[in-house]
Amino acid sequence: MNDAAYNFGYLDEQTKRMIRRSILKAVAIPGYQVPFGSREMPLPYGWGTGGIQVTAAIIGIGDVLKVIDQGADDTTNAVSIRRFFSRMCGMATTEKTAEASIIQTRHRIPERPLSEGQILVYQVPIPEPLRWLEPRESETRKMHALREYGVMHVKLYEDIATKGKVATAYDYPVLVNGRYIMRPSPIPKFDTPKMHRNAALQLFGAGREKRIYAVPPHTDVVPLDFEDHPFAVETWDRPCALCGAGNTFLDEIVVNDRGGRLFVCSDTDYCNERQEAGHRGDGGAGLEAAE
Amino acid sequence: MTDAPILRVDGLGKAYGRRIACRDICFDLWPGEVLAVVGESGSGKTTLLNCLGGLIAADAGTVRYTRRGGGEIDLATAGEAERRAILRAEWGFVRQNPRDGLRFGVSAGANVGEPLMAIGSRHFGKIRSTASEWLEAVEIDAHRIDDLPSGFSGGMQQRLQIARNLVTHPSIVLMDEPTGGLDVSVQAKLLDLIRRLVRENGVSAIVVTHDLGVARLLADRMLVMKEGEVVESGLTDQLLDDPQAAYTQLLVSSVLTV
Amino acid sequence: MYVATKGGETAIANAHALMAEDRRGDPKVQEIGAEQIREQLSLGVDRVMAEGSLYDPDLAALALKQARGDQVEAIFLLRAYRTTLPRFGYSEPVDTAAMHVHRRISATFKDVPGGQILGPTFDYTHRVIEPVTAAEEAPRSPEPLPYPLPRVAGVLGREGLLEDTPTACEEAITDLTREPLRFPADRAARLQVLARGDEGFLLGMGYSTQRGYGRSHPFAGEIRMGDVAVEFVAPELGFAIDLGDITLTECDMVNQFKGSKTEPPQFTRGYGLVFGFGERKAMAMALVDRAMRAEELGEEVTAPAQDIEFVLYHADNVEASGFVQHLKLPHHVDFQSELTLIRAMRTEQEALKEAAE
Repeated sequence: MNDAAYNFGYLDEQTKRMIRRSILKAVAIPGYQVPFGSREMPLPYGWGTGGIQVTAAIIGIGDVLKVIDQGADDTTNAVSIRRFFSRMCGMATTEKTAEASIIQTRHRIPERPLSEGQILVYQVPIPEPLRWLEPRESETRKMHALREYGVMHVKLYEDIATKGKVATAYDYPVLVNGRYIMRPSPIPKFDTPKMHRNAALQLFGAGREKRIYAVPPHTDVVPLDFEDHPFAVETWDRPCALCGAGNTFLDEIVVNDRGGRLFVCSDTDYCNERQEAGHRGDGGAGLEAAE
Repeated sequence: MTDAPILRVDGLGKAYGRRIACRDICFDLWPGEVLAVVGESGSGKTTLLNCLGGLIAADAGTVRYTRRGGGEIDLATAGEAERRAILRAEWGFVRQNPRDGLRFGVSAGANVGEPLMAIGSRHFGKIRSTASEWLEAVEIDAHRIDDLPSGFSGGMQQRLQIARNLVTHPSIVLMDEPTGGLDVSVQAKLLDLIRRLVRENGVSAIVVTHDLGVARLLADRMLVMKEGEVVESGLTDQLLDDPQAAYTQLLVSSVLTV
Repeated sequence: MYVATKGGETAIANAHALMAEDRRGDPKVQEIGAEQIREQLSLGVDRVMAEGSLYDPDLAALALKQARGDQVEAIFLLRAYRTTLPRFGYSEPVDTAAMHVHRRISATFKDVPGGQILGPTFDYTHRVIEPVTAAEEAPRSPEPLPYPLPRVAGVLGREGLLEDTPTACEEAITDLTREPLRFPADRAARLQVLARGDEGFLLGMGYSTQRGYGRSHPFAGEIRMGDVAVEFVAPELGFAIDLGDITLTECDMVNQFKGSKTEPPQFTRGYGLVFGFGERKAMAMALVDRAMRAEELGEEVTAPAQDIEFVLYHADNVEASGFVQHLKLPHHVDFQSELTLIRAMRTEQEALKEAAE
């Protein structure tokens, strides 16, 4: 049961309607940042208040919610947000990507491909891709309106010229639907290609910065690059130590004070499913040998 | 030169409150022509240039520009999106202070490459080699392509700005006191370079200067401004050798007596 | 075999229990009540109401208790609560000229109509820590204060030496608790941000203008603190009903202005208004309000306090506190990406070096 003192989803119905209107506008103009009347939530700014407001505005009693932080369902902030919605809505929660109708995420996209009807809600700290190049909101809005995006490539150029490669490892800027440049939130570069023509609806909420944006299902999302320096994702020279997957984003775990390290899937649900299906990694056997 | 002006300015005016900065400015600019706008500080010449360059909005008048693909557009009344797109793709603006015209936080190569990227170049190698060629063209050692402009001398910064503005082969380049603040010997070299590049690339230019020497060296024609109005205009040599307006006579004589 | 750590749920529950224990402190010491906080730590309560932008001394006191005296945390609690309150409508503008004044001073004139009224101020106390005696706390019979008190601004205004007070706004005023801040931000929006803004931030910003970063030659034209009535016109009734009194502190700062081609030299004003007795905040707010008017008044914008976007985007302590502290949330996925990148770049560099040798 939900907490009787509060409305379903914490926000009052008027506020939820306002947020849904902003979401509709965002879906209609993929990649465009829609200003919205973000409210103070009972969780601090920076903890995912944008994502929480988006989820609160779209969630219904029949929904099944999954919350991940850094790919994991059991990190403290993911637990805290999941508990918040259980308390305020009383709907079902899950750790399984396949079972969820809404997945709220911080910093990862699940490894398992999403399907039509699912909604991925991203928590966004800084929504403006032009922010580090131009601090003024009045100017960046104009640059978006007029598609003055040359400066984005200046940064990529500078990275390649001085460092040999693009030095942006996460929150990699993308062009959405051939029109707006967008920040995908601090997901690793590894996840960026998953946004492209994804079957799920992708919604982005930035609470402190008061912006909502969206990528509708099956929309083009293209990372910025040069023809002769194409976009490339991170790779690892070994598979997951727990499930043996060779195509996932791996967390590096320091396991002892001699610098011993293990590499395991960041997506805990995906890793568990593989292990349940009988897949096994070397469990860090190589680690013992290296010592 | 073809038989139609590339730019036709008519009745341009700008006031700040009750102070009139520019009043009823009319002139034509022809393809390949260099026009100097001279006058002392406060005469309105920089306001005129900033109105043309889209930095400030004029209050009155038209600025009809013939686009590269043909067709005339009044920049004074065009929408901001269209105006900024044209200025970006077909115009250049060399500012008096290199800090206003360059990005000091990124390398010389990025400064020259940015206009190319802004109009759609997406091949790193080609952008870099074009930038390198242009650095050579403005007499900056191509080895300095990855250096920051802050480490450059004033003259080099100004040459870098010129490279950045010419790299897209614009139709019109605006220059605001391009040699201001430089040593006399550096000025002379820079003027030679500007004259050569403007001729070689066939661009039209409007150069604002308080220095009649700069006008004599660079310009085909001149406008003399005083208190926001054009007091005299004509071919540079004629105007300097035989000034008609009293103010121009004063300007010319004061230069000669120095 | 490595097993990933689980137990976010348990860790959170334990943290909550520890926090409750610390909040109570030594159980041998008597527990403090919210009423005691409201009555005896009233300036702390006032600040929580002002920056929490909700006038409710009981709730603010409770929030302070729950937050263990942490003001920003208490402000956050109050803000999160106000989110859940439906909006019925807007009150009539409060009339601070009709204030029942507890304190009113002017630094610009030796005496003003109605007199200088010091009220309950720290100003002339000696800041010596000593036990407060019961005798000092004994209530005095209040002396009747003049009402209403004319504004000091009126004295200058009659001569045309002071710019006019902005008259009633024709367009609807932005409500920043409902709509996002947009730029250019008009003065009404700016004042709302300042009224909710962090006292420390505004104090530093206001102070910087006095030290030369956007000088405006300020004089405290008038500072008044007291009670004003809040009235609400319910559509069903068609007339204003009195909802009760709130305490406000208002500061009218008078600043030099040299005049322009169109305007004769005259004084301009900066304005500050906060819930409760918050004189430091009201004065700082007035300084920053005036500083942000630089562009409108044709002054050169050079200092941080004159930079409207800078001030408005960084004044809110609930936003700032959240975003600064979110750095303690796990970031190991982003960090992993950076780590991979740095390693790749180092490997390439070493390969190049070796090739060169």
